[in-house]
Amino acid sequence: MATPRLELSGITKRYPGVLANDAVDLTVMPGEIHALLGENGAGKSTLMKIIYGAVKADSGQIRVNGEVVQIRNPQEARALGLAMVFQHFSLFDTVTVAENVWLGLRADLSLQQVVQSIERVASEYGLDIDPGRPVHSLSVGEMQRVEIIRALLTQPTLLILDEPTSVLTPKAVEKLFLVLRQLASAGCSIVYISHKLHEIRALCTACTVLRGGKVSGVCDPSVQSNASLSRMMIGAEPPALAHHHRAPGAVRLQVRDLSLTRADQFGVDLANISLQVHSAEVVGIAGVSGNGQKELMLALSGEDMRSPANSLCINDCDVSSLGPRKRRALGMHCVPEDRLGRGAVPSMSLAHNLLLTREEALAWPSLGGGWIRVGALKAKTQAIIERFGVKANGPDASARSLSGGNLQKFIVGREIDAQPSVFILSQPTWGVDIGAAALIRGEILALRDAGCAVLVISEELDELFEVCDRLHVLARGYLSPSVPVAQASVQTIGEWMSGLWDADVQSRLQTMAAAQSEATHAQA
Amino acid sequence: MLKLEARSQTSVFWTYASPLLALVLTVLVGVVLFAALGKDPLRGLEMFFWLPIRNGYALGELLVKATPLLIIALGLAVCFRANVWNIGAEGQYVLGAIFAGGVALSADGNSSAWIVLAVLLAGILGGMVWAGVTALLRDRFNANEILVSLMLVYVAIQLLGYMVAGPWKDPMGFNFPQSKNFDAITRIPRLFTGSRANIGVLMALAGVGLLWVFLFRTRAGFAMQVGGVAPAAARFAGFSSRKALWTALMISGASAGLAGALEVAGPIGQLTPYVPSGYGFAAIIVAFVGRLHPVGMVFSSILMSMFYIGGEMAQSRLGLTRALTGVFQGMLLFSLLACDTLLYYRLKWRA
Repeated sequence: MATPRLELSGITKRYPGVLANDAVDLTVMPGEIHALLGENGAGKSTLMKIIYGAVKADSGQIRVNGEVVQIRNPQEARALGLAMVFQHFSLFDTVTVAENVWLGLRADLSLQQVVQSIERVASEYGLDIDPGRPVHSLSVGEMQRVEIIRALLTQPTLLILDEPTSVLTPKAVEKLFLVLRQLASAGCSIVYISHKLHEIRALCTACTVLRGGKVSGVCDPSVQSNASLSRMMIGAEPPALAHHHRAPGAVRLQVRDLSLTRADQFGVDLANISLQVHSAEVVGIAGVSGNGQKELMLALSGEDMRSPANSLCINDCDVSSLGPRKRRALGMHCVPEDRLGRGAVPSMSLAHNLLLTREEALAWPSLGGGWIRVGALKAKTQAIIERFGVKANGPDASARSLSGGNLQKFIVGREIDAQPSVFILSQPTWGVDIGAAALIRGEILALRDAGCAVLVISEELDELFEVCDRLHVLARGYLSPSVPVAQASVQTIGEWMSGLWDADVQSRLQTMAAAQSEATHAQA
Repeated sequence: MLKLEARSQTSVFWTYASPLLALVLTVLVGVVLFAALGKDPLRGLEMFFWLPIRNGYALGELLVKATPLLIIALGLAVCFRANVWNIGAEGQYVLGAIFAGGVALSADGNSSAWIVLAVLLAGILGGMVWAGVTALLRDRFNANEILVSLMLVYVAIQLLGYMVAGPWKDPMGFNFPQSKNFDAITRIPRLFTGSRANIGVLMALAGVGLLWVFLFRTRAGFAMQVGGVAPAAARFAGFSSRKALWTALMISGASAGLAGALEVAGPIGQLTPYVPSGYGFAAIIVAFVGRLHPVGMVFSSILMSMFYIGGEMAQSRLGLTRALTGVFQGMLLFSLLACDTLLYYRLKWRA
């Protein structure tokens, strides 16, 4: 049997209050694409940081090509042939691709040599990129390509990728997989960290599953089903969602020709966004984030109040010039994409965080905006904690002390508990564990069944297909026409997500629009 | 090499114990300092920690200095909790003194005792006007409030210098740059005979209660603190950052102005170039040592007041420089910041 490229045995890492890795074993053979699967908080990142020398294990052994090694820092990891592509890129926006790559290389190379080696690697693996372009003009997928090229230039024998597809369109994912397979066939081992089951099954030849810091299974993912992988990952299958048929009712949220110029330099302009959400309907907006999702959410929630008159209506009431508080008073509640710092104040208690969007616990509103009845506030908070199964140390627990999933459950619960008539969520399950994600999706559907108009902005296509009745795609600040989920396929939505304005997609859009108007005429 | 590692949880005990530890460290440095200056450290400490509390009169003097410190710090705590860095309370204090002095100087034999109220209100107005300049420049032109408020301190001092050397100069004052003594009717009523402490003490204590209610029981106070620690959350909730800016600066301006009025119409009794005594800057230390908490600031204001008196005592009795006051104040803030670092981080050796 060949010597494993990387062999971890008994890796244990304890942080104050949590055992992040508990005697973890991991064996990666040469040329293998090895998946590391697990929920958020299962210990994947810690393990990778240990391999890459960014964190020191409390105990355990690392062997590279059969030899025991001590990896004290990332430089030593690179010297051993290990390279890592992080989920969050470390590129400088203002300089070119080549200059970014140059920064990480030996100082005696000239820029010209760097450009040449980038072009060589790029053509070898089909990672087409122009080394002279400034990084801020690249799409997210292209930035990732730069990171991969940068990693490949060190001629690694083991490449680690952390959640590489979360920022990619389906098309770009396929392209990435091609590159990875090519790398593997050339002998490079790949550790692929993800929680997306179908990707792992499609790409990987081996899989180690982590749960709660321990290895809960080692398998060949290509012969597993989503259900069996999911059992290894969370100990159970995610509950199936109950779908009921509801006929959409009156228009609750109306967006008309909303155009906004970007507020910050690297933002996106919104162009003529128009959409409607009816009661008892879930409308989804797909698209890779960074295409105007943030800007649209700010405009809808009222955080950005520059919207032109009559561009936003809630229940036939023009709200374009109203602030978030007045919009909430009209029945619109929002869950923003950032939990800590926007949806909740990290250092404050859950009870105080309830006060951000809820005013039931206030008395005498004329006095300083309202007198806080602490008892009522805590009781209300406790009720939300219990109703939505939030794991927290009571209403006085600080928002920061909750896990991502539990805090998201609290925030979603806080808004749902207000019985909104229009409910807008942005990336509702980002960084949330599967159990919490299933609960949140279930709550979205329950709210729809109760007659609420729900708008979900998400980059998780699976999620959108699961909960939505109709789908739009937001790309480069433009919103596509909507398509009923029953008639949409991942492929079409994926095509819309990447380059909506290519000629063929444009024409497809027109036919779609024509077909839709025909359909409405036919209905009428 | 030493390395700081963030703690996952801060200890509740040390949150409160850290100011006390800082005080102990300050005292230790003080001992070393006195020894190095060739003085008996015990005598030195006596100046700072025993003489200011040895009898009723001394306690009254302690209150005379603690009151303005506390009143200014209460207002500053609102600012700092809202992340508005008003460093210029000294200037607002001086403007309060000027406005209050203007009203006090206008009194004559026919004025009723109610003029004291007018003096205090004028002081509040003066402080608010001066803080309002900072608020306006920040709001309208996004000018940095740290710089603006600090620079306005020196403008205020020049303005005071002009008033006492020009329009309001006492004609019988042997050409000294000072106003005439205020009429007795305009002076702030004292609490007890035989002590210089006046009803400002009661106002400060009432301020403690008001601030506690504002910070912990009103939505406006809550909204302002959210704006301070998580601006994006405040925006999401719909709390106006402009409103928070103006409220914070108006409250701290008003409190500094009130302190200025209480001082000139109280212990000082006239306008002189020596009105600005550094209370506005010392109150910043009071606010932080008191953890920006109304009750905590009561203790820290008394402590800072002891340093003021101790410095004077050390000058008159030990022949040391009064600069010791500043040294002790600075040491206290420095030690507190150091202790707080250890509150949020732990030290680790790293090879």
